[in-house]
Amino acid sequence: MFRKLTLTAATILGLASGSAYAAGSEVHVEDFDFSFEGAFGSYDTNQLQRGLQIYTEICSSCHGLKYVSFRNLHDEGGPSLPEDQMRAYSANIEVFDPALFDGEGDYRPATPADRFPEGGDPNAPDLSLMAKARAGFHGPYGTGINQLMRGMGGPEYIASLLDGYHEAPSCAPEDFDGYYNTVFASGGYPDECKDDHGAHMYPGSWISMAPPLYDDAVEFNDGHAADVEHMAQDVAAFLMWTAEPKMNARKQAGLTGVIFLVVLSVLLYLTNKRLWAPHKKAAKNKD
Amino acid sequence: MGGIPHDHYEPKTGAEKWLESRLPILGLLYGTLMIPTPKNLNWMWIWGIVLAFTLALQIATGVVLVMHYTPHVDMAFASVEHIMRDVNGGHMIRYFHMNGASLFFVAVYAHMFRGLYYGSYKAPREITWIIGMLIFLMMMGTGFLGYVLPWGQMSFHGTAVITGLFGAIPFIGESIQTWLLGASAVGQPALNRFFSLHYLLPFVIAALVIVHIWAFHTTGNNNPTGVEVRRGSKEEAEKDTLPFWPYFVIKDLFALAVILAVFVAIVGFMPNFLGHPDNYIEANALVTPAHIVPEWYFLPFYAILRAFDNTVWVVIFADWISFGIIDAKFFGVLAMFGAIAVMALVPWLDTSSVRSGRYRPMFKWWFAILCVDFIVLMWAGAMPAEGIYPIIALIGATYWFAYFLVILPLLGVIEKPTTPPATIEDDFNAHYGSKAASDSSAASPAE
Repeated sequence: MFRKLTLTAATILGLASGSAYAAGSEVHVEDFDFSFEGAFGSYDTNQLQRGLQIYTEICSSCHGLKYVSFRNLHDEGGPSLPEDQMRAYSANIEVFDPALFDGEGDYRPATPADRFPEGGDPNAPDLSLMAKARAGFHGPYGTGINQLMRGMGGPEYIASLLDGYHEAPSCAPEDFDGYYNTVFASGGYPDECKDDHGAHMYPGSWISMAPPLYDDAVEFNDGHAADVEHMAQDVAAFLMWTAEPKMNARKQAGLTGVIFLVVLSVLLYLTNKRLWAPHKKAAKNKD
Repeated sequence: MGGIPHDHYEPKTGAEKWLESRLPILGLLYGTLMIPTPKNLNWMWIWGIVLAFTLALQIATGVVLVMHYTPHVDMAFASVEHIMRDVNGGHMIRYFHMNGASLFFVAVYAHMFRGLYYGSYKAPREITWIIGMLIFLMMMGTGFLGYVLPWGQMSFHGTAVITGLFGAIPFIGESIQTWLLGASAVGQPALNRFFSLHYLLPFVIAALVIVHIWAFHTTGNNNPTGVEVRRGSKEEAEKDTLPFWPYFVIKDLFALAVILAVFVAIVGFMPNFLGHPDNYIEANALVTPAHIVPEWYFLPFYAILRAFDNTVWVVIFADWISFGIIDAKFFGVLAMFGAIAVMALVPWLDTSSVRSGRYRPMFKWWFAILCVDFIVLMWAGAMPAEGIYPIIALIGATYWFAYFLVILPLLGVIEKPTTPPATIEDDFNAHYGSKAASDSSAASPAE
């Protein structure tokens, strides 16, 4: 009885939890195949380095990464810049140090111990955690376990959004604030593009960020393609790393832990079986 | 213990005698660990160990987290990120603690529904049940307080909603809300005191757990038949029981290892699965999330809270008869706490003379519906309060109260229970005996 109920409950929960949080998002988020998806997926160092380059040359003019330290760029499993490159990278960036200039503060070149500065534009959100803050957490599509197989949806959202700029529909006034993006759901929306019931006739909405990427906006040393779609994925992967820098270590720990516990379970199962055997045998003989 | 005749501890060495005559702690440990336990306990009796382990896990990880956490509105969020990035192993400790709360509630709900099915709350175990309900309340409080500490968007706005519930109490509500928050709105005073209480309550829970164990060690464990252990003589009792160590310790540890394997897989591979993305955005009083959703373990009760809006006739009636003192908001709060209160009162609401649901043919079905109802309420609680969902929540909430207040009292009168086995030994022998094996393979339709 209880076993049946538990199984039923688990099934229902598994099915329900996926759809529970999906409600309310009408936009289409492309399900990219990132290297870090799945139980064994890990970051692609080259992709993170390309993402870092895009971030440095484009995003960082407005956005910041205030929770990421420069030394992290050298971390194994991350962009893994060689130490001299990481030091050179940080020395190129000016950070504000309140202790300088007799306590009045002044700018100085960053050291590896410093964090990335906050963004220059107060309206541009910090990007450190964006991949987790915009995650579906239950997968971009369908039920919960997809998160394990296909990723948690945050990098997918970022890549789709960066590639989601389109020409505004003709119903919109010429001077409407922002830029039409088919993936951004929470921006402004002109009344002219709503039907009689107030429903949106076109997906997405108007975002205040101008299209940041264009083809060949950066030139990669390795000659990798620099079209908008590839760059969007590279920078999304980089932002996944900034949000979850310890992911590789975590999955490693998870795998080790599961293997250990499975072995322990088998041993305890055998111990338990042997321990109870005389009593179960006695029951068999009596009955 | 438990009035069940059994061997007592006899100090043998000189050192044991010296200690035991001054502080009988070895005897206490021996009695606790060697307690005669019904040998027919099934796999639903493993959750107690899981809960004890989880409490220890939460306290251990929590103590370490506190070493690196800063309870300040400007620094709390950043200090959690500091733990995630800079503290050695901090990301694992934090993810264990975060998901440990979910493990805690999975286990406690399984534990509670096991008690509800096998009648573990019935005389003489009412005190065990009541203490358990107090632990459950404390757990809900601790879970809520802990969710506030990372100071994300859901932390902040969830706090505003939950403390707002107390604000719904007539006349004194607003004062209580201010007293809880230490200010008129969620801010530094609230964060500081929630931090303090989040550290305190687990130790209160630990103390209550000791009382919980003390209580059921006094009455002895319930078991799937609900039949008491024979206490006429030690020989008789030994036919019904086996000592907790090693038989049940090893069995429970096996179950714990299996459950932890799943738990570690979740922590390792999808640690944010049960969380909410908005909590990775730092708290901002000026931006309210589109849907404020509590953690999954609060959802059934959250659904009951929201089910009673001002279109429900009982709510309208209560409003009218109380001259508007009990408005829809206050009614919802009463319903939510009432849903837990009726559960606490179940020892006196269940009138059946038979303890275990296994021998109650009608009860089985009503209980199964209650389990489904709990899941449906959980699902309804996650949905936005519009369209069909409030109606589903209302039906679910109505069944919840009907089960405890109407169905259980009536069932005891109208139901004709089947006969439980005479002894635990008979049940155990029937289960593992040669006849049982052939019976179950034949799956007799006459049963």
